[in-house]
Amino acid sequence: MIVETGHFALVLALALALVNAAVPLWGVATRDQRLMAVAPSVALVGFFLVALSYAALTYAHVTSDFSLVNVVENSHSAKPLIYKITGVWGDHEGSMLLWILILSLFGAAVAVSGRAMPRDLHAAVLSVQSWIGAAFLLFILLTSNPFARIANPPIEGNDLNPLLQDPGLAIHPPLLYLGYVGLSITFSFAAAALICGRIDAVWARLVRPWILIAWVFLTLGIAMGSYWAYYTLGWGGFWFWDPVENASLMPWLAATALLHSATVMEKREALRVWTIFLAILAFSLSLIGTFIVRSGVLTSVHAFANDPRRGVFILAILVFFIGGSLLLFALRANTLKPGGFFAPISREGTLVLNNLVLSTCCATVFIGTLYPLALEALTGEKISVGAPFFNATFVPLFLPLCVVMPIAQNLAWKRGDLLGSMQRLFFAFACGLAAMLVLFALRGGPVISVVLAGLAIYTIIGAFTDLATRIFGRATLLKGTQAFTHALGLPRSAYGTALAHAGIGLSLLGLAATGWGAQKIMAMKPGDVARVGPYDVVLESIGPQSGPNYTATVAHMAIRSGGTEVAGIDPAVRFYPTRQMSRSEAGIKTIDFGQVYVGISKGDTAGSVDARLYWKPLVSLIWFGAIVMACGGLCSLSDRRLRVGVARRVRKVAAAAPQAAE
Amino acid sequence: MTRKRKRLALILSALVVLGSGLGLVLYALRDNIVFFYGPSEVLAKELAPGTRLRIGGLVKPGSLTHDGMTVHFAVTDGKRDIPVIYSGPLPDLFREGQGVVAEGVLGVSGMTASTILAKHDERYMPREVVDALKKAGRWQESTGKSAGIGGGS
Repeated sequence: MIVETGHFALVLALALALVNAAVPLWGVATRDQRLMAVAPSVALVGFFLVALSYAALTYAHVTSDFSLVNVVENSHSAKPLIYKITGVWGDHEGSMLLWILILSLFGAAVAVSGRAMPRDLHAAVLSVQSWIGAAFLLFILLTSNPFARIANPPIEGNDLNPLLQDPGLAIHPPLLYLGYVGLSITFSFAAAALICGRIDAVWARLVRPWILIAWVFLTLGIAMGSYWAYYTLGWGGFWFWDPVENASLMPWLAATALLHSATVMEKREALRVWTIFLAILAFSLSLIGTFIVRSGVLTSVHAFANDPRRGVFILAILVFFIGGSLLLFALRANTLKPGGFFAPISREGTLVLNNLVLSTCCATVFIGTLYPLALEALTGEKISVGAPFFNATFVPLFLPLCVVMPIAQNLAWKRGDLLGSMQRLFFAFACGLAAMLVLFALRGGPVISVVLAGLAIYTIIGAFTDLATRIFGRATLLKGTQAFTHALGLPRSAYGTALAHAGIGLSLLGLAATGWGAQKIMAMKPGDVARVGPYDVVLESIGPQSGPNYTATVAHMAIRSGGTEVAGIDPAVRFYPTRQMSRSEAGIKTIDFGQVYVGISKGDTAGSVDARLYWKPLVSLIWFGAIVMACGGLCSLSDRRLRVGVARRVRKVAAAAPQAAE
Repeated sequence: MTRKRKRLALILSALVVLGSGLGLVLYALRDNIVFFYGPSEVLAKELAPGTRLRIGGLVKPGSLTHDGMTVHFAVTDGKRDIPVIYSGPLPDLFREGQGVVAEGVLGVSGMTASTILAKHDERYMPREVVDALKKAGRWQESTGKSAGIGGGS
């Protein structure tokens, strides 16, 4: 009964989405306030219905209701509860339902928080969001219904893919979806702006928090996915330029560009056409990502099942939304007058450069990801485009961006002083250079790592240079309290920018340090010692272990440094009998931001294991940097001028005193 | 600087960035892509030694020998075989008779592999392997319905 309720709620949600797709837009066209006013409440009820439906599916998973095909194929009664709950999105149908849930969550959030928005824009945003919702609800109900019953329910299910039975499953997909799907709101804003003809600074200010939210989650989701792959695949790789990863990187690049161009639009009313285009592009790329991942055109652990109908359906959705929005864009964009004027060397100028480079980076990733698919479709030749391609294209484009980043932060709006900005960065330059020399003297090692590390240090210090100048001013001997007042007076977005940019530097430092890592692959018996980097790893014993739905072979190891034991790690190989599948559970110990990483697999002879041991200095900075970036985004999000309702208050004040506007 | 000259500067810088991007892509596509073949195709094409490629098929039963951390095995599509030498970590599901994708450099008498990909899951087989087997006419649709999961993360 609960399952039927969930199914019915999903159908109702589709009906409501169709209503909301039509009525408010009609209201916008006829300037009828009553029709527009329908949108928020329908969006809220729609969200409630989808949430109900999602809860029903979770209930079926938790109670192991094997009369549902979805539960039979992806669950097992002995599976731990946490994986019964998170396993809901561990398969195609459930993850699409999560997609819709987040889509309608964002719709509801706009419905609630958008009271300060112009009425027509608010209604149009919700209406466009409902178009997307309706398309995907239709997709779920027609091709991937999670509530489909089975005629003769089996007693036991097939269990979830063991690779997915991991705490990472609880965090990675929801975060990534919040980012991916969060971009739908910026898309809806862009389409609504084109429909209502409100492509101005107010629009940019309204849309910016949503870009930031999506960007923060996307950043965290990608980092989390990378860390999950790192610890679960057993050999310590963290980025594979796998098409599925690229599918999430492309929207991230577009969203990052959008974040920066929206700032220009908000402050200076320039780059309006470009910002709208980027907003459309960012969500289009996340739709393309969904298509790549879910249609089965690629082979990957993310492609749950191959059903050609699904691929064609998503392709149709993709063509409709990308084509439709670009058509709207072509019809409306040329009516815009050019915006604010700025010199090439200015904050705006560098932000344009940022946008150019990021979109070019995005384009290279796009080509590298889709070229093999296109080639195979056209000629039947199969090729793989892997890390060498991206190292040769993406990296040379992205690194100069890190050089320019601190300089840009120190430039003024409208017309900047390049020399002055570089002078202020003298300290950061010097530190970067000193770091290079010291590292070269101490470590030697790959030149590329030394250069990258120097660049990273420069980027981190450079990120805070602007803040330091603004807090301490020109006077070097400033009283402490005065500096404190200055620090409080700075907008939080300035801190956000500094943090986010420093986060990039931190990640870069972690990447640079991979060059100084050490690795060893060897067969080990109890008592064997392997030296990896500065540590000795001793295999103490090998023993069996049994979990709720798996059996495991565990190697107990001790990490020693100069004779003293630092820590113990227990890498393991788990075997899941239901799927006849094994998976390695790496043993990881973080020491001073670096990690000792050991993966094992069963050896040739009984009583031994094949071990892969790594010492990865500073490796955790790669993900820590991403977290710092996300914190920067959140900090910027808490900025006063972005908080809900502020826009309205500001406008009231501005109306009272027209000269004081902006 | 006038609006016109500003726009010119913008367009020029856009061209420079896009041009360098395009140049890098074309350069990388010439050198850094790897073709995928089945064993029969590799032998039919008479590729020159030193070519970097991916081959896919099944690990030939009886061909697997260990020599310390180095393994020797043959990749077969049922018709022809390619011997492969590989030293390094093997995937958990690497065993005789199972699907495998090997990437490496072709030598005179076989391939020296740098990466080995096996299945993630008992139920699935790398799609490339399925296609290679299909080309060799060694694939039964009835037994291999759910071919899907292969490499990747």
